[in-house]
Amino acid sequence: MFEISPTEWTAILLSLRVAVIATLVATPFGIALAWLLARRDFWGKSLLDAVVHLPLVLPPVVTGYLLLLTFGKRGLVGGWLADHLGIVFAFRWTGAALACGVMSFPLLVRPIRLSIEAVDRRLEQAAETLGAAPWRVFATVTLPLALPGVLAGMVLGFAKAIGEFGATITFVSNIPGETQTISSAIYSLIQTPDGDTAAARLVIISVVLAVGALIAAEVFARRATARLHGH
Amino acid sequence: MLRVDIQKQLGEFSLTASFTSEGRVTGLFGASGSGKTSLINTIAGLLRPDRGSIVIDGETVDDTAAGIHVPTWRRRIGYVFQDARLFPHLDIRQNLGYGRRMNGLTEDPAQHKRVVDLLDIGALLDRRPGKLSGGERQRVALGRALLSKPRLLLLDEPLGALDESRKLEILPYLVRLRDEAGVPMVYVSHDAAELRQLATQIVMLRRGQVTAFGGVKVLTAGG
Repeated sequence: MFEISPTEWTAILLSLRVAVIATLVATPFGIALAWLLARRDFWGKSLLDAVVHLPLVLPPVVTGYLLLLTFGKRGLVGGWLADHLGIVFAFRWTGAALACGVMSFPLLVRPIRLSIEAVDRRLEQAAETLGAAPWRVFATVTLPLALPGVLAGMVLGFAKAIGEFGATITFVSNIPGETQTISSAIYSLIQTPDGDTAAARLVIISVVLAVGALIAAEVFARRATARLHGH
Repeated sequence: MLRVDIQKQLGEFSLTASFTSEGRVTGLFGASGSGKTSLINTIAGLLRPDRGSIVIDGETVDDTAAGIHVPTWRRRIGYVFQDARLFPHLDIRQNLGYGRRMNGLTEDPAQHKRVVDLLDIGALLDRRPGKLSGGERQRVALGRALLSKPRLLLLDEPLGALDESRKLEILPYLVRLRDEAGVPMVYVSHDAAELRQLATQIVMLRRGQVTAFGGVKVLTAGG
């Protein structure tokens, strides 16, 4: 039963590509936003916090539809990007990456924010008295000390991205080879007669990927914590 | 030279301090709650005065009338906190080199060796802060501040977190520092005996006001 067909391979590789790109692109934004939420006070902070968490509480199909309205070919942002930069999201794997990035963003931001909040501000002050400009304080003290949280956020975001279904299928549909990820391939297979074994294979693979990600997160967090406590 | 003339309101507490010190070690003396730490933090630029000015080594770093407030990281000061505040993710060598890197100073092996020898921290260089005793940590913190080549060294009760025997272990290093390092210091303490050994000038604080200023003899005059 464990012979993986070319279509399944395509879906697996596409899922990995989509989740890796989504995580890598979202991480710098996630770090910046987590820092803002952890360290700054500004007007509209609670609103921003709520917006970041929206994908977690909205029905995924709603998020997907909103992405379609915004980033679709005739969408406000999507139209502009297509006309001026030639970037198209609608019905492309890049759109799947965008949907996965948005859906996993709250999970990415939260651990990073918590770990930045946990960084001792007195250490940042000490760095300042030693001549470090604010951005260097961040780069040399805050970020390294928050690293366990950053890694945890990335792994969590990746795990969420690789399993995302609702927003992705709404926004970019279910096109084999372009936007058909593991999740949408499973969805198609269980609607097909005789698709059960193939679906089972993909189910096992998603379980392995998810558990692997969780173990990786745990290992990273332990190593980084040990390093930070000076052992 | 250090010239301070500031006012700062912190909640219910109001701090007013005005003095000029040419001394090598200016001792800020007072009970807890007298405003010593607020004053040294204002000199460091961590607090911004409501009114007044601060001049370090001829440079005006604060002048509310002229709208000047040089941020801490551009003041070229060194600050030794009561709780050493070593960076836990860096080893001792990297901690010592931090100020040099941040200030873009070229490596100065001779000065590095001088400071390491002065503070007897050569054996600790490859260790992590987590593995050090309180006294060792405080010596490394002193070295780290010195190696950033400050024009003024601020020390906020650097012996405050240590027990008596550890204090006696560090005190000789501070005396050597005063006599050999050639960096003027501001030394905060509530311990008159400590200041008698170290300070050359005393600023006595009480409830946010300077009550006496002069040589170490003001410590015995009872304020």
